[in-house]
Amino acid sequence: MKKLEEKHRLATRWCHWVNFPVLSAMIFSGLLIYWAYDPYRIGMGSITLFHFFPDWFYNLTGINAQLARGMALHFTLAWIFALNGIAYVVYTVVSGEWRELAAEPKSFREALAVTLHDMGFKVPLPPQGRYNAAQRISYTAIVVMGALSLVTGLAIYKPAQLHWLTAAVGGYEWARFEHFWLTMGYVSFFVVHIAQVIRTGWANFRSMVTGYDIVESEEAANAE
Amino acid sequence: MPNKLTPEQEMSRRTRRGFLALGAGAVVAAGGWQWLNSGYGRGEDIPAPLRKVLGFNERVVRNVLFGDTHLVKTYPASAIGQLKENGDEGMPDDFDADDWTLQVMPRGGGLPVSVTIDDLHALPRYEETIDFKCVEGWSTVTQFAGARFSDFTAKFAPGSEKAGYVGMATPDGGYYVGLDTPSALHPQTLLAYQMNGADLEDEHGAPLRLVIAVKYGIKNIKRIGKIAYGETEPPDYWRERGYDFYAGL
Repeated sequence: MKKLEEKHRLATRWCHWVNFPVLSAMIFSGLLIYWAYDPYRIGMGSITLFHFFPDWFYNLTGINAQLARGMALHFTLAWIFALNGIAYVVYTVVSGEWRELAAEPKSFREALAVTLHDMGFKVPLPPQGRYNAAQRISYTAIVVMGALSLVTGLAIYKPAQLHWLTAAVGGYEWARFEHFWLTMGYVSFFVVHIAQVIRTGWANFRSMVTGYDIVESEEAANAE
Repeated sequence: MPNKLTPEQEMSRRTRRGFLALGAGAVVAAGGWQWLNSGYGRGEDIPAPLRKVLGFNERVVRNVLFGDTHLVKTYPASAIGQLKENGDEGMPDDFDADDWTLQVMPRGGGLPVSVTIDDLHALPRYEETIDFKCVEGWSTVTQFAGARFSDFTAKFAPGSEKAGYVGMATPDGGYYVGLDTPSALHPQTLLAYQMNGADLEDEHGAPLRLVIAVKYGIKNIKRIGKIAYGETEPPDYWRERGYDFYAGL
């Protein structure tokens, strides 16, 4: 006997699908800003393994010489990014859903097993609720990162009026550094997230859109 | 119950509805993006909707955040770096600092006042070592010395503190900035004649430049020739090229 089961609440799906294009546009406009002063790299001393970003990247993407537009877009869409993120956190807390999402001490132990399993090793999966340990860590981390992006962003945006905030994140230059690497973190998250969504298949993706999935009802399973 | 859907039928109904909603959302998002960027060309002013939000942000900052007691961080002399010359608009080479006087237009259209460099030296001298922040993203700790703009206004344009805006321009009018008066009267806003312990160099705006620590470098006009107080937003070089008018930190 099959039945429909609710997987994701409307509020969760709404925030997720609003965040996706807004965060993408924030990253794009952030790059328009970063282009005007792009000091970050992977390397040491005079050795640079990778410069963020090489000219070919700017030319390929058209991300150059648009600082004014980048700032205007960034400081416009930041409102939606912040309000949507705050709405999501408030909803998660008020509804009690945070209990299924928040990372717990044991999540870190179990996440290793989940990761090895997903990478194809024959490791038994620990018992899990709606979200497995690796998901709990990822989805907690991404929310914390969002909050940090907002905080470091404000620290860069108003270092005089919010001097205490800028000081709290290590000063103006550190704030820009942190803001940049958080963004690189989103890009990494996105790659893994998409790979996992593809791996998990259609029913899972559909549930993020519709909220529901078809499952075997337990009473029926017990009766058999 | 003949009208009860099977789970599969119910699921496909929800799937149809869900993906239609997602598609509609995507259309709205694409339309919103088009609208936000409509008519934009590289190097031109930004589209009107973005300009409106920047104005809204300015009102939020001015009404909620800005305060005379909110000071920018100051640094010890050991932190001073090399401030690079980043713009020379309005500063042609054929300029003689000895012939220079500052033209001041008070609020309400009184007679213009001519101010000499000696007049400025006669005002109380303030020194500050601040992190000079370029709109491009870099910053350099720099020491400036000069007269506070609030002292200057009290002396040479008394009553103009009540003006809404202050406009400043180079002698040839090639570069110009508009400032909201509260930012101009902030205690860390100086009319500077010295930088890093020496007289201001030509490329840094000799004989007199603005140092407005609560704003990006683009507002820190060099080689000031004219100052006018008024009630309407003065023309601003980078505002006309798509940047935020307020540009406050």
